[in-house]
Amino acid sequence: MKTLVWVEHDNASVKDATLAAVTAAAKLGDVDLLVAGQGAQGAADAAAQIVGVGKVLLADDAAYGHALAENVAPLIVGLAEGYDAVLFPATTTGKNVAPRVAALLDVAQISDILSVEGPKTFTRPIYAGNAIATVESSDAKLVITVRGTAFEKAATSGGSGSVEAVSATGDAGLSSFVGAELAKNERPELTSAKIIVSGGRALKDADTFQKTIFPLADKLHAAVGASRAAVDAGFVPNDYQVGQTGKIVAPEIYIAVGISGAIQHLAGMKDSKTIIAINKDEDAPIFQVADIGLVGDLFTLVPELTSKL
Amino acid sequence: MKILVPVKRVIDYNVKPRVKADGTGVDLSNVKMSMNPFDEIAVEEAIRLKEKGAAEEIIAISVGPAKAQETLRTALAMGADRAILVETDAEVEPLAVAKILKAVVAEENPGLVILGKQAIDDDSNQTGQMLAALLGRPQGTFASKVEIEGDSVSVTREVDGGLETVKLTLPAIVTTDLRLNEPRYASLPNIMKAKKKPLDTKSAADYGVDIAPRLKTLTVKEPPVRSAGIKVPDVDTLVNKLKDMGVAN
Repeated sequence: MKTLVWVEHDNASVKDATLAAVTAAAKLGDVDLLVAGQGAQGAADAAAQIVGVGKVLLADDAAYGHALAENVAPLIVGLAEGYDAVLFPATTTGKNVAPRVAALLDVAQISDILSVEGPKTFTRPIYAGNAIATVESSDAKLVITVRGTAFEKAATSGGSGSVEAVSATGDAGLSSFVGAELAKNERPELTSAKIIVSGGRALKDADTFQKTIFPLADKLHAAVGASRAAVDAGFVPNDYQVGQTGKIVAPEIYIAVGISGAIQHLAGMKDSKTIIAINKDEDAPIFQVADIGLVGDLFTLVPELTSKL
Repeated sequence: MKILVPVKRVIDYNVKPRVKADGTGVDLSNVKMSMNPFDEIAVEEAIRLKEKGAAEEIIAISVGPAKAQETLRTALAMGADRAILVETDAEVEPLAVAKILKAVVAEENPGLVILGKQAIDDDSNQTGQMLAALLGRPQGTFASKVEIEGDSVSVTREVDGGLETVKLTLPAIVTTDLRLNEPRYASLPNIMKAKKKPLDTKSAADYGVDIAPRLKTLTVKEPPVRSAGIKVPDVDTLVNKLKDMGVAN
């Protein structure tokens, strides 16, 4: 089986989530990569170093500068002819483009796969991760998005792929990029962090959140996450949100501070290796999934923990 | 312009789903069902656009069983003008829903179609993008802000690193994220009035769409259960545990 993986990149390097998609693709067969972007030679060269990669197709054109689905999807559809499966990381950009490709190819997309069970059989979570479905596709071609935390990341050096330019399909003229407001974050990236410290509604306000959660995170070199309640209350920006509708994470250690543990939040973190919960309500649902629980007032416990580490 | 808002009847988001013992699916008998939360946001946004004078008519549509009528009535009570139910008892995949919606768009010719970004039952996050593809129209997914500007729409999207704004030529497809708005509650008088609003019932065959599934669900299982954890009495014990894990010195 020949697979094509769409690469998410910043023109110079390949984003981590793509590496998990490469691992999933390798379970299906030979792996080629597609780097579409503007001035993306660096990303293509980096992609060629990924272990297990055959060809890296580079489509360099102004139309692909911001990965607009309207422009990228026709490119992938054109290339899909030579492949049995097209895989995307299940990031916001992957989720934006993949279904557009699937519909143009007239195939059902398989979202957010957790494992490869056979050439056409996969597992995926449904109902906020409360059930795992095993599905078999009857389509001739597969379009798949891959959950980044469910597969090991392919090694980024030691590969010997060859970079080959492919011609661009041009600008569809339907949409244009206006601007972006990206959150500045010097901490590790949430989806690839080994340790995450997450805060919930109990943190009271943005200032308290900063003063309580950030020092602990810094001590542990951890990324900072948040529940929806904390995001909605304006404690931290949206992209900190962990959960069914935010980011799905699976770090070594997840420390949930002042988070009750609603179904939607658990959906985003319950595959973490070790879950630690600090909450004053000993009946909070978070304690049902926590490996280590500490019951008490977070405003005294968290500073104490920070100072003792 | 007209706005078309597809809505889905799903398990209520507060209910913990139970997997059937025979592994054929999730048990939905006697479970509270509601409108998919993202679709409520889509209905709300359509109503706000109408209130601003940017839209004249809002059509709610649902593909599902006869009971999905209740979901459509909720949309009507919130402020949609009329509704279409494409009735089927089968589970319809996103691609088939997108094909049905394409046919409805051809009939109704809306300037905007606003969908939820994903349904909380199948968690697919596909239908809006697929519809945009089938129609050859632009898509503004995961929207947290929507502004009509003449013959285009500016959509601020929630992306992994923050926010991104795109400009789409109308007609366009938008899918809603959680922070787009706070949906209103339907008042009792509006719920009564909604009973008199028009609701057409159709079938997939009326639109010539084959809804046969492409994916076969072999089994549905409970996720692996986490083994019971321990509670520690104080911070010192927790610090020692963290040290044991090699996290702290």
